[in-house]
Amino acid sequence: MQVLISTLSQGLIWTILTLGVFITFRILNFADMTVEGSLTFGGSLCAALMLRGVNPFLSLLIAGVLASLAGLVTGILNTKFKIQAILAGILTMIALYSVNLRIMGKANLSLLGKSTIFSAINNILPALNSNFVLKTFIIGLVICIISVVSLNLFFKTQIGLAVRATGDNEQMMRALGGNTDFKKILALMISSFFCGLAGALIAQSQGYADVNMGTGSIVIALASIVIGEAFLNFIKLKNKILSSLICMILGSIMYRIIIFIVLNLGMNPSDLKLFTACITAVLLGMPKLKKFKLKLGGNKNA
Amino acid sequence: MLRLNNIYKKFNKNMADEKIIFENFSLHIKKGEFVVIIGGNGAGKSTLMNLISGSILPDKGEIFIDSQNVTNLHEYQRAKFIGRVFQDPLKGSAPNLTIEENLSLALLRDKKRSFSFGINKNNREFFRQELKKLELGIEDRLESKMGVLSGGQRQAVTLLMACLVKPKILLLDEHTAALDPKSSVKILELTEKIISEHHITALMITHNLDNARKFGSRIIMIENGGIKLDTLDKEINFDDLIKRLNITVNKI
Repeated sequence: MQVLISTLSQGLIWTILTLGVFITFRILNFADMTVEGSLTFGGSLCAALMLRGVNPFLSLLIAGVLASLAGLVTGILNTKFKIQAILAGILTMIALYSVNLRIMGKANLSLLGKSTIFSAINNILPALNSNFVLKTFIIGLVICIISVVSLNLFFKTQIGLAVRATGDNEQMMRALGGNTDFKKILALMISSFFCGLAGALIAQSQGYADVNMGTGSIVIALASIVIGEAFLNFIKLKNKILSSLICMILGSIMYRIIIFIVLNLGMNPSDLKLFTACITAVLLGMPKLKKFKLKLGGNKNA
Repeated sequence: MLRLNNIYKKFNKNMADEKIIFENFSLHIKKGEFVVIIGGNGAGKSTLMNLISGSILPDKGEIFIDSQNVTNLHEYQRAKFIGRVFQDPLKGSAPNLTIEENLSLALLRDKKRSFSFGINKNNREFFRQELKKLELGIEDRLESKMGVLSGGQRQAVTLLMACLVKPKILLLDEHTAALDPKSSVKILELTEKIISEHHITALMITHNLDNARKFGSRIIMIENGGIKLDTLDKEINFDDLIKRLNITVNKI
């Protein structure tokens, strides 16, 4: 039971990252590599702030807000300097590596003995005092719900609709009077905000920030997105965006469950990244693979 | 209404394959005119549209809409005055957004977007009324994705979107060329209906000379970046003219 809840809470915390990547990858149609940098940026900022005695909730928020600046940089590189999306993201990500080392002063900051948002909940729910896993679950769930609800509301506003349209048909959006450069920058900033927030949450839940904590995070997020989209077959709300957002939660949790299972089956943890990359590639290629299968099976039906 | 003064436009400037599209090109369009632009491929028709809409900027010269100088305004800033329908029916709307979401975006073409909700009860009813006028039976499918509509239906909705906020100028860039003959006729009739109903000044590119004669109140022929013909005479004999000027126009 404890293990299951722990897996679920991991999934919930990483959902925040998935939501961030979902905004760029699916809504904006922008392959944003900033993620790997902004996740670590959020984590190291949060750790550094907490070690200077800043309240853990406030640290979380500041980390997210400052991380959104990473999206601003990528957005300006892409829209104003006309650098390709993927390269713009990589440039920001690499630059952030040095920034993160500067912030932390070393490769790794431990939060040992510091009070985190997870320990702060003791004051509200004293019954949970010793149950760290359940606390993580509750906090993760609350933050996920707040994020999903606020993103759902945002994408229904006039500006939110324009952001979605920019990703769907940029030329149309310009012809309808939309400043698409601004919309892209805005979406990248919101995405980076969530990535930074995720980094800060991860740092607090694992008790340290590490300069390499973001490595491979984009693939984890992409895996969660494509796994989550499989749930769209079951979650068919009238509100399409809300369905997608809920599926992102399910996808992130499902990804953690899959990882938990393969580790228990005896997979070497160092092979996890290879495994994640493979399932992401297969799931992303699924539509094409299905067509191939249809071709092969075509004779049977003929 | 719309005035282009001494426009110069080159592509691939200072390169071996430099191509001069317009040299000292001027055009004045009066309010309420339905101008049809004809001309061969590469004559500069689409470039003219792009210059007016602002998706490309002239090297030299000035563009005025209603005495306002828009030469240096971005495409999205000029969109306040301009409605546009593209040749490709897929270009005019967002396929993954619903029909009502597309329309709500079009409704804000000349306004600043805010954090208030894009769709509410009032504008939903307005969209339904407007869609009904298209007579396509899609007024009850407001929440369907745009992408499920056929090319003809999408072009009809795009036309509606371009005129939902009355534009000062409507640009139609061969907007029926990619449609089957039946849809094409339907869209053209719809175009004429909307234009005459709202007294919209319009510019239409077409390769179809019969349509040019039928719908245009003024016909302009462009060749090599210059105006070869500018007439209000609807009875003009194109065949003679084409022979005389040695111009190739694709007659459909």
